[in-house]
Amino acid sequence: MELFDLTIHELHELFASKKVSSLEATKSLLARIDTTDPKINAYITVAGEKALADAVAADQLIAKGAAGTLTGIPLALKDIFLTEGIRTTCASRILNNFIPPYSATTYEKLKEQGIVLLGKLNQDEFAMGSSNESSAFGPTRNPWDTSCIPGGSSGGSAAAVAARLATATLGTDTGGSIRQPASHCSCVGLKPTYGRVSRYGVIAYASSLDQVGPMTRDVTDCAIMLNAIAGHDPKDSTSVNTPVPDYTAALTGSVKGLKIGLPKEYYIDGLDADVQSAMNQAIETYKKLGAEFVDISLPHTDYAVATYYLIATAEASSNLARYEGVRFGHRTEQAEGLIDMMTKSRSEGFGAEVKRRIMLGTYALSSGYYDAYYVKAQKVRTLIMRDFIQAFNDVDMILTPVAPTPAFKIGEKINDPLQMYLSDIFTIPANLAGTCAMSIPAGFSGSGLPIGLQLIGKPFGEDSILRAAHAFEQATEWHKRTAQI
Amino acid sequence: MKITVTDVEHVARLARLELSEQDKTLFAGQMDAILGYVEKLKEIDTDGILPTSHAVPMENSFRADLMCPSIGTDKALQNAPDRAETFFRVPKVIE
Repeated sequence: MELFDLTIHELHELFASKKVSSLEATKSLLARIDTTDPKINAYITVAGEKALADAVAADQLIAKGAAGTLTGIPLALKDIFLTEGIRTTCASRILNNFIPPYSATTYEKLKEQGIVLLGKLNQDEFAMGSSNESSAFGPTRNPWDTSCIPGGSSGGSAAAVAARLATATLGTDTGGSIRQPASHCSCVGLKPTYGRVSRYGVIAYASSLDQVGPMTRDVTDCAIMLNAIAGHDPKDSTSVNTPVPDYTAALTGSVKGLKIGLPKEYYIDGLDADVQSAMNQAIETYKKLGAEFVDISLPHTDYAVATYYLIATAEASSNLARYEGVRFGHRTEQAEGLIDMMTKSRSEGFGAEVKRRIMLGTYALSSGYYDAYYVKAQKVRTLIMRDFIQAFNDVDMILTPVAPTPAFKIGEKINDPLQMYLSDIFTIPANLAGTCAMSIPAGFSGSGLPIGLQLIGKPFGEDSILRAAHAFEQATEWHKRTAQI
Repeated sequence: MKITVTDVEHVARLARLELSEQDKTLFAGQMDAILGYVEKLKEIDTDGILPTSHAVPMENSFRADLMCPSIGTDKALQNAPDRAETFFRVPKVIE
């Protein structure tokens, strides 16, 4: 066992008992990033000097007895989080040299806890993608099979956890971008209820869907991270002003009598055999733990992808209008006038997937099409939300697959955007409904690729799904398997 | 209804994007497929259903009307591609 193999709670124990210092743990991870990240490409920016300085400061806090659970823990953040003074690119050429003048609230909160920042992680450009292939900094590779995608858009975050290149990370999830890569890389990924965690300083993709969440080795670490980042933020008017429970206290319950819904629309005939088998095994495990299963229906599931790709792209077209070469980011060298400057800067700076989604969104919002596309999608969103409200009258949470197949090969779906979009079918509904959902390791395919299961909870029911996830983790060994990289 | 290169050019202009001829054709085909797929929303009767723009029930979130420090001119101009005194400098508007 190396220091880079340890979880947050394991490292914390060693720091508290003075057996190991944060500096030693940080050096262990930085050395591993150096040798191993070239095979994975999880990092866009490694903040080596800063990490060492953070570790020294953390060790001082630990020596004084002023340390918390996260003090001295080496973390990395998806490159979508603004980190003052540290290059933040959102994996785009258009922000290639952007140095933020302020930090995301979630990073500030982690800094207050005394974490060590190792660097910024690779992702799909502007969080638009399910494979990390649209990054301007090259694809990230799945640590379990480097010819495969790690998932996306938080591909770097998931791969870093799986390859032990960071003790834990933060990602963002708009249509599944935490849960799907967590599933493909065998780590824990949680998307909180919309409004649970501040979006201030998180580069916006689709503002009514984006959420920040932890990606970790195990459920305990996930609860520790959620404790640190959750809560109201006056700088984010969409953040909710309700108390944050101690999520780690939720981990000592049992699931006896827990009612878990199985939505028939998610257990389709075309589901990959290994995924189906992992789900069947998971259901048996939960039954043995005393949970009860209820067949439910979420009738509008089939319309979720269409709804999402209208709402998210419309919101993105508005959010990305700010990248025009005036105040920050890439500006073209030669232009004939202001409009030409903006057009050329954007066209040179954005990748193909980003352009595609901006155009789809612009089309959906344009005169003549606004009602038929955007408003229609918002109405279907209401129906999708109602499906969940109705289901949660009968069950405490819902169990589904995360992805229809395990991780596919790099390059396999890149030329068929619609096929790529359709693979988000199981994760998108929770974003549309605004509720919380998480992915945990639940098995492996015949070829050794990870398969996750998804727990969808009631709004602000993160404690319940964490309890159920923890119980499953205690009863299985999936989370103990590590990628041989 | 098929998405044509003319449609792509129109939308690109609205979005301040310019595409190569090759990309225009490629995007027309891809957008056509995607928009064709989202047509399935027409199958659903949404009469009387209100659109959802916000997932969590919330009211307007106001703060007290008090002056607070802002980021300051220097920080705001830090990443300016071109700066003149306290201004962002841009090419002039050509009509």
